[in-house]
Amino acid sequence: MSELTPPSSPPPATPPVPAVPPAAAPPARSVDDIKRDPLVAGAVSRIGDAVLDAKDFVHELTLFIDRDRIVDVCWAFKDDGYVYLVDLCGVDYSKFPGHTGARFSVVYTLYSFQKNARVRLRVWTNDKEPVPSVTSVWKTANWHERETFDMLGIEFSGHPNLERILMWEGFNGFPLRKDFPIRGIDTGARIYPEVFPEGGGPKPGSTGKDAKDVNLYKGEWKRYGAWPAAQIGGGGNGAKAAPAKAAAPAAKPAVAAAAPAAVVEEAGDDEEAN
Amino acid sequence: MFDVHEMEVNFGPQHPSTHGVLRVLLKIDGERILEAKPIIGYLHRGTEKLFEHMAYPQCIPHTDRMDYVAAATNNLGFVETVEKLMGVTPNIPRRAQLMRVMLSELQRISSHLLWLATHAIDIGAMTPFFYTFREREQILDLFEDYCGARLTLNCMRIGGMPDDITPNWLDDVEAFVDKFDAAVDEYESLLTTNRIWKRRTVGIGVLSPEEAIEWGITGPPLRGSGVEWDLRRAQPYECYTELEFEVPVGINGDTYDRYLVRMVEMRQSNRILKQCIPLIKQTPAGDIKAKISKVIRPPEGEVYHSIESPKGEIGYYIVADGKTQNAYRCHVRPPSFVNLQALPAMAKGHLISDLVALIGTIDIVLGEVDR
Repeated sequence: MSELTPPSSPPPATPPVPAVPPAAAPPARSVDDIKRDPLVAGAVSRIGDAVLDAKDFVHELTLFIDRDRIVDVCWAFKDDGYVYLVDLCGVDYSKFPGHTGARFSVVYTLYSFQKNARVRLRVWTNDKEPVPSVTSVWKTANWHERETFDMLGIEFSGHPNLERILMWEGFNGFPLRKDFPIRGIDTGARIYPEVFPEGGGPKPGSTGKDAKDVNLYKGEWKRYGAWPAAQIGGGGNGAKAAPAKAAAPAAKPAVAAAAPAAVVEEAGDDEEAN
Repeated sequence: MFDVHEMEVNFGPQHPSTHGVLRVLLKIDGERILEAKPIIGYLHRGTEKLFEHMAYPQCIPHTDRMDYVAAATNNLGFVETVEKLMGVTPNIPRRAQLMRVMLSELQRISSHLLWLATHAIDIGAMTPFFYTFREREQILDLFEDYCGARLTLNCMRIGGMPDDITPNWLDDVEAFVDKFDAAVDEYESLLTTNRIWKRRTVGIGVLSPEEAIEWGITGPPLRGSGVEWDLRRAQPYECYTELEFEVPVGINGDTYDRYLVRMVEMRQSNRILKQCIPLIKQTPAGDIKAKISKVIRPPEGEVYHSIESPKGEIGYYIVADGKTQNAYRCHVRPPSFVNLQALPAMAKGHLISDLVALIGTIDIVLGEVDR
């Protein structure tokens, strides 16, 4: 069946026209027109200058908000009846066709019981540029923001406990980023941080007591920064084994010799991912 | 006065009452819970990442595996979102719409039956388990007759349904719905006025309506707190506008009210099923799929759509780039994940045995929490 074509097939040269055009093909409303929409007019009258852009797609309004003003904007919408934060998630736009500008977008979906309508707010952000947390506006934002941080690495300033929620503590990477291979990377589990450095992990069947059990990967994480200098291995790269500092000096060279193979395998993973 | 002896205890992830692999880190003083911290992620399978690497129709089986006791509503939420993105929602044939409603309502009943069985067993009532699984088995048989699977149904397609139903199937459903109201009476006779049941549920885990909205709670827990809000009524999808049903609401917002709400919901679902059977007989057989392109490549845009699943509002947020056959980003808003967040607030000050009742009353499925 043609509809089961693998998604990895190259996209056609011209963007194809969908067989059935969208029922609500929007006649491209202007930003000012959307701002005057009764759904958002009340809130926009208070924080109109924070709205950078607006879109209307299948009758769903999206307002692009100045990142630093998002908490004020959320309060304005909450006071205007949007008391219910339906959803909060992030999107990595780094591989979106034709996209330029900030890498990430955080998406807030609000719902108003009186208007029986949803409104979407969006802010743009980059790596290491924290988004103000809206946990002070809605309690439910807590876990949503933790999940967004966990999956995409977007930081939220002012969050009470911004820690990983679905992945384990010590996981090195952000799975929903577009450059994260779908097969995953062997980061291992930092179960005993003093024994296993971040990015490594115990071998299957190991006791976890000896440095020989550690599945050390000494190459450089191409996407996620350099191998952290840790107690075991001392942060050398590749074949050159750094003199072991503390734990099990005898085991050191044998482990390091196996490292180059891991580097090659890692490079193969990335190519296959997309 | 007694001294406070704080102790930290792990509840789960392998505790039989946590309905899966939920782990709750408890700070307790004797039996009294001072603080509860849910720790999740043990069942994380990266579903959202997988969605980005699959064509839209290939995603549907993966939605089954999120809330694995309510696969039909998960399918429905996903296919409706893609249909909305493509703009083909009005083209869905009426027979397909009715079939979707029937499967969703059967699924709602079966999910609530499983909830009742496990909730009652957690609290200590063994008997309802045998009663509810008797009816649940019949529903699973109906699913098996329709699509071959009992749990992971994969029973909907973008633009319609995979297969038509047979007249025999309708007769089987009719036989089931005729008997089901009496079955609910049986469950209620075991629990509703049971003194032990009431002692364990009345006044436990009270959520005020304001608090419930603040925590983003949806579904029966929200209605148990007295907010009359059901997506089937507030933003009707498929053909719910022409079906009659009531939205039950609670008064006190405690575990007992949430129990009552779900019991009434089962009866209302049964009522919807009864209305669907004559309606579906009037529609032409075989008219179950809208004419949509074989290759599903929606235009560039983003869309959020949600439906009322047995657990609450399940929503899908899809960003399409207009060039590929797979979603650029597909985020799932799982009701269990959001509802579970209120557990620490509800559990504070209760006994450990009440925590078991609270986990049951939120009705979580960890496959959906962790995705």
